[in-house]
Amino acid sequence: MEILQFDFMRNALLVGLLVSVACGMIGTYVVVKRIVFISGGISHTAYGGIGLGYYLGFNPMLGATLFTIISALGMGLVQQRSSQRQDTVIGVMWAVGMALGIMFVKLSPGYTADLMSYLFGSILTVPERDILFILLLDLLIIATVYRYFEEFKAVAFDEEFARVSGLKVEFYNILLLLLVALTVVVMIRAVGIILVIALLTIPPAIAGEYSRGLKGMMGLSVVLGIIFTTAGLYLSYLFDLPSGATIILVAAAGYILALLMKK
Amino acid sequence: MDKTVIKIENLFVELDGVSVLENVNLTVNEYDFLGIIGPNGGGKTTLLRVLLDLVKPVRGKIRIMGESLEKNRHLLGYVPQYAVFDRNFPISVEEVVMSARLARKQGRRFSHEDYKIAAAALERMEILPLRSRQMGELSGGERQRVLVARALAAQPRILLLDEPTASVDSRFAAGFYELLQELNREMTLILVSHDISAVSTYVKTLACLNRTLFYENSRELSQEMIEKTYHCPVDLIAHGIPHRVLPPHDGVVGS
Repeated sequence: MEILQFDFMRNALLVGLLVSVACGMIGTYVVVKRIVFISGGISHTAYGGIGLGYYLGFNPMLGATLFTIISALGMGLVQQRSSQRQDTVIGVMWAVGMALGIMFVKLSPGYTADLMSYLFGSILTVPERDILFILLLDLLIIATVYRYFEEFKAVAFDEEFARVSGLKVEFYNILLLLLVALTVVVMIRAVGIILVIALLTIPPAIAGEYSRGLKGMMGLSVVLGIIFTTAGLYLSYLFDLPSGATIILVAAAGYILALLMKK
Repeated sequence: MDKTVIKIENLFVELDGVSVLENVNLTVNEYDFLGIIGPNGGGKTTLLRVLLDLVKPVRGKIRIMGESLEKNRHLLGYVPQYAVFDRNFPISVEEVVMSARLARKQGRRFSHEDYKIAAAALERMEILPLRSRQMGELSGGERQRVLVARALAAQPRILLLDEPTASVDSRFAAGFYELLQELNREMTLILVSHDISAVSTYVKTLACLNRTLFYENSRELSQEMIEKTYHCPVDLIAHGIPHRVLPPHDGVVGS
């Protein structure tokens, strides 16, 4: 327990907790609604915002928030057009977001060494102001899910019936994508843009095998997220490994184990 | 004189630019049990979806209980085909039925009244003991009853059912139709199916839909009427010409 003496380690554990709560709750919807690809698109467009932050000299986390929100709204519009080319449009938005980021970073003056931490995560070096920002987003996510839990559940289970029942399905779909956008921002510092999608989906995928309700699935996902981030963090500290990748590999090992145990 | 609950006039519907329904006219009276039969792809589901405001018609007029669709859509209950669900979705029977109460829910939680209505709907379908079971654990017949209970929980005046016995074996189907006949004492039923023989045993009125509607506004289900309606889709399927427009039957077309 001596590693807990370090401030950066306590901060990292706190970030792991905040990340696990957000991705356990929202990841559950992503998995049951099968919007993994859309979520991947949203997370990758964050890079454009990070680049913009570098270029114009403001906190890249704010840029990421701006870009994920815009892309969530865009994906929401695409989702509502029941065109067969949906996945193509999502793929294009995904790539354009990344490309914009690369451009902005190239144009940015000075040294951009910590760029890698946005791409692949660096849970041990999250600045305090970002922790506060992540906490704020977490509270927003929890409050929204708490308020609209039944509505989200009904829309996820049977969208058409929800519409027939008089629910504004488009509103809840877009609201959920906005929550995905915020969750992505929460996760970027810990595991990075590229790896977000794995931590967003693995805990709920395991939890789904053992849950009888959405609430239970969310709770178990959060617990699994905490286990994966803490174990990953500890292993990366112990063996001097990149933290984001270690967390993802621990989660993936957990997933494989869960699948084998289910057999 | 029977009260009219649904009136459709000159309805034309296109899906992706392809004409699906043409000049459909239909009048449904209160407490009718209307069976709409016809070949797959004949527009049966589309007709229900238009009534539920899920598909916008190109042309035509729809009145529900004398009012516009927008105003009275909530009087329609809907039992979809089962095929659309994810069996792994972690949700209980009661939760599924409760979802029908969402539009009336105030604030974050359901009221006791909502739970009572849901329980009564489950009781009506004789599946109250299954309330805490998972949807994925149910048999096809049980699931179908849950979907009817969910529709009932919205307290509709008119119930629309889309191929409700498609995924159910015939033993279950008979009991299911008897429950529907019970419900019919309190509400109007419209049932869509390609299973002509099963449907024609239980409904009060039959219509035949293949792009346009052939409808006989008869309360008595005569043998001759079954024969006549029975023939058109069979004929069509046998000839393998799915979009041939039927010659109109003698007697009433529309109503």
